[in-house]
Amino acid sequence: MHELGIVFYIIRDVKQVAEENHVGHVSNVVMDIGEVSTVIPEYLTDCWRWAADREELLKGCGLKVNVIPAVTHCDGCGQDYGTVQHGKICPHCGSENTWLLRGNEVEIKEIEV
Amino acid sequence: MDGVRVIEIKKSVFADNDRDAEALRAELKQRGVYLLNLMSSPGSGKTTTLIRTINLLKDKIRIAVMEADIDSDVDAVKIREATGIPSIQLHTGGMCHLDAEMTRQGLDNIALADADLVVLENVGNLVCPAEFDTGAVCNAMILSVPEGDDKPLKYPLMFSVCDVVVINKMDVLPYFDFDLERCREYVRLRNPKARVIPVCAKTGEGVDAFAAWLLEEVRKWKEE
Repeated sequence: MHELGIVFYIIRDVKQVAEENHVGHVSNVVMDIGEVSTVIPEYLTDCWRWAADREELLKGCGLKVNVIPAVTHCDGCGQDYGTVQHGKICPHCGSENTWLLRGNEVEIKEIEV
Repeated sequence: MDGVRVIEIKKSVFADNDRDAEALRAELKQRGVYLLNLMSSPGSGKTTTLIRTINLLKDKIRIAVMEADIDSDVDAVKIREATGIPSIQLHTGGMCHLDAEMTRQGLDNIALADADLVVLENVGNLVCPAEFDTGAVCNAMILSVPEGDDKPLKYPLMFSVCDVVVINKMDVLPYFDFDLERCREYVRLRNPKARVIPVCAKTGEGVDAFAAWLLEEVRKWKEE
């Protein structure tokens, strides 16, 4: 439900980049969204359509979302595993001494102009 | 016709907010103001807990409150009437969270100028406020017994960003399948450093422990 807020952040950043590069219209924005970032891609694209069409620079501009699978690293045994399947506890050795390697991204990867 | 040109950005959407939040924290350190970001679900008893806490501390330190809600000023008025301390209402304009810039705008309010402790009562929500660093010195959250002891598993981010988890409504524990020890364990899984403080805001039980912790935090922030 915070997707609209995130869309406003994206629009602000894209506007800034467009200005710096003297771009009049952006045709596509590509996002890297981590699987456990709490951002839901479908909601993000819905909010995007609503908000982007209200900006001259972004009228009709697409939003492409690359989902980055979440991977957790275990300091106990040194192995990596899928966060969504196994959560906080390492399936290899049972350790809780684990941390998220990737999957929390909410990044603007690039824009097409 | 020109073809499509790609401009690589590779930038976290939260980068600007994180930078604003760091700047705000540095400024607060300089001014000796401790900002506590208090989060929870709607109806967990944030305002009642806050009133109890403020009444225990208001003779020891100068306190002010920023209430953040989507609309209305019921909480700000309630705090002011029940404690007599300055309290302002921030409206998020439909947004589900506060960011560092909104927090700064609130802090610029003259009523909060000389406080030792400013409590930001964030929008009632366990998802979005956790994403946005407000610039607070510390994040705390309130989980109430009726919500269930499994919430740290369901809202991992919220519990990993909070250094204190206040468990409220302990008086109704006999009527719910809420296991305090299990809850502590789940909180520890998300954040091993987090402190769990069980309270009952209605009777005041345990609130002194939360107030004592907060007072010590404010003192440390000013001195260190």
